[in-house]
Amino acid sequence: MISANLSAIFYLISGILFILALRGLSSPETSRQGNFFGILGMIIAITVTFFTIGNFSTSTIYVLIFLLVGGAIGALIAFKIPMTAMPELVAGFHSLVGLAAVFVAISAFKNPQAFNLGVPGDIKLASLIEMSIGAAVGAITFSGSIIAFLKLRGIMSGSPITFTGQHIVNLIIGISIFLLIYFLCISQSENFFWSMIAISFLIGVLLIIPIGGADMPVVISMLNSYSGWAAAGIGFTLENTALIITGALVGSSGAILSYIMCKGMNRSFFSVILGGFGGDTSVSKDKKKDQKPVKSGNAEDAAFLLKNASSVIIVPGYGMAVAQAQHALREMVDTLKKNDIKVSYAVHPVAGRMPGHMNVLLAEANVPYDEVFELDDINNDFANTDVAFVIGANDVTNPVAKTDPQSPIFGMPVLDVEKCKSVLFVKRSLSPGYAGVDNELFYRENTMMLFADAKKMTEDIVKNIN
Amino acid sequence: MEIDPFIFRFSIFILAIFVGYYVVWSVTPSLHTPLMSVTNAISSVIIVGAIIAALAGSSENIFEMSNIFGFLAIVLAAVNIFGGFLVTQRMLQMYKKKKKK
Repeated sequence: MISANLSAIFYLISGILFILALRGLSSPETSRQGNFFGILGMIIAITVTFFTIGNFSTSTIYVLIFLLVGGAIGALIAFKIPMTAMPELVAGFHSLVGLAAVFVAISAFKNPQAFNLGVPGDIKLASLIEMSIGAAVGAITFSGSIIAFLKLRGIMSGSPITFTGQHIVNLIIGISIFLLIYFLCISQSENFFWSMIAISFLIGVLLIIPIGGADMPVVISMLNSYSGWAAAGIGFTLENTALIITGALVGSSGAILSYIMCKGMNRSFFSVILGGFGGDTSVSKDKKKDQKPVKSGNAEDAAFLLKNASSVIIVPGYGMAVAQAQHALREMVDTLKKNDIKVSYAVHPVAGRMPGHMNVLLAEANVPYDEVFELDDINNDFANTDVAFVIGANDVTNPVAKTDPQSPIFGMPVLDVEKCKSVLFVKRSLSPGYAGVDNELFYRENTMMLFADAKKMTEDIVKNIN
Repeated sequence: MEIDPFIFRFSIFILAIFVGYYVVWSVTPSLHTPLMSVTNAISSVIIVGAIIAALAGSSENIFEMSNIFGFLAIVLAAVNIFGGFLVTQRMLQMYKKKKKK
């Protein structure tokens, strides 16, 4: 048994280690050490908790068993999961944090003595508010993440689900949560507590269903942020520094990522949250593109162009992830490099389904991270590059975003691929991207469309180069 | 007049938000996916509350309702802790520099 003061110091230390864990991610070299700091912080926090409670009994054994069961499941998932499934894995993990927060809040409500919060029916007002907020945000994180998971996994359609009066319904539910917390504080009645949790689960579902597939980077970041605020709420209830610090870190981290993602799409956070983008409304304004000529080619033509280039920029997008084409792509790049062609990769902030999605996939295919560039760092290079190889990306390359103020994607930062001498565009059809906007690039003089599955096309190109 | 301890915790909270703000802006965009998985792992430090909840009360009756929720929360948080850190490790291992020839 160690004193409360000493354990508070240890919790502070683990909080600092968590800060260092995030700090490590400022560069890939320091990142592994950062992750180690994170693990160390977690071990300290858990060990200190056991020693603070002291009193080792049979229940301690049970706790360890449950800990190991959960740990084994987690480890198994971590080793088995393919890198392409990372977005849904992260969404799934967020849901677990949310639910854990709800469960801890329920225990604290049922047995407040254990946490020094008073007795049932007479819980300290501040603690009651804190645990209610923790439980409500946790419940929203849980059900919202489940919906995000189902959408990313493809079990649920990625298209937005909207109905009339949706925002009014959400608003009413939102207000009811606050009212229920208010009544709970006045009456200390269990019924208010349970109803508050129930409708929080409901609003989590309602908030995420209207948001479409390509807005998922924002949603995942937002849920990341929520899981942090839920943890912080519980941290206040338990008066635990490690939890408060971590909650604040995670909360602001998720908020920053959401901001970066929104900026990458030039959309306000609220327009994403209100949802419905890319639904029938924006497609309906089709300006008859009266069958402009499109130049299309095959793997042989593409191989010829690439072989005769001296510099190539690869622009990967979600389509590459779907087709699992990253390994084939790296092979193609290796072949090009053997022919002394300079190759780099250009990654748009919102390419893929989560922040950094493309970078992870390229890293998985053994692409060195110093060949992969962000939008701002590479955009000027397109003008003096021979070939841009667009694989699975669409909206993020559309020049319309720079020229047509009427377009829904106007103002979105895009990669200037059209400035290259020639553009190779691997795509299955001419269909518009997520935003429902026709890509002007398809009809340009210097564009050659390669209609095929991304993986198969890349493999064929490799064969033709050799 | 004494200051309510809540204010101290609140100060820590606000300062930590600022620390988080500056630290996260310095994270390189190519590591944003590991950032999400690691923040996910560390937010599972909520297991601290779960352990307290699970071990509360008399040792004769360890499966009171509040204990059960504690145990359930332990499992969920443990999945996240192990899963989150290990998958982050797996991802970070893949980030390699160009080989010097």
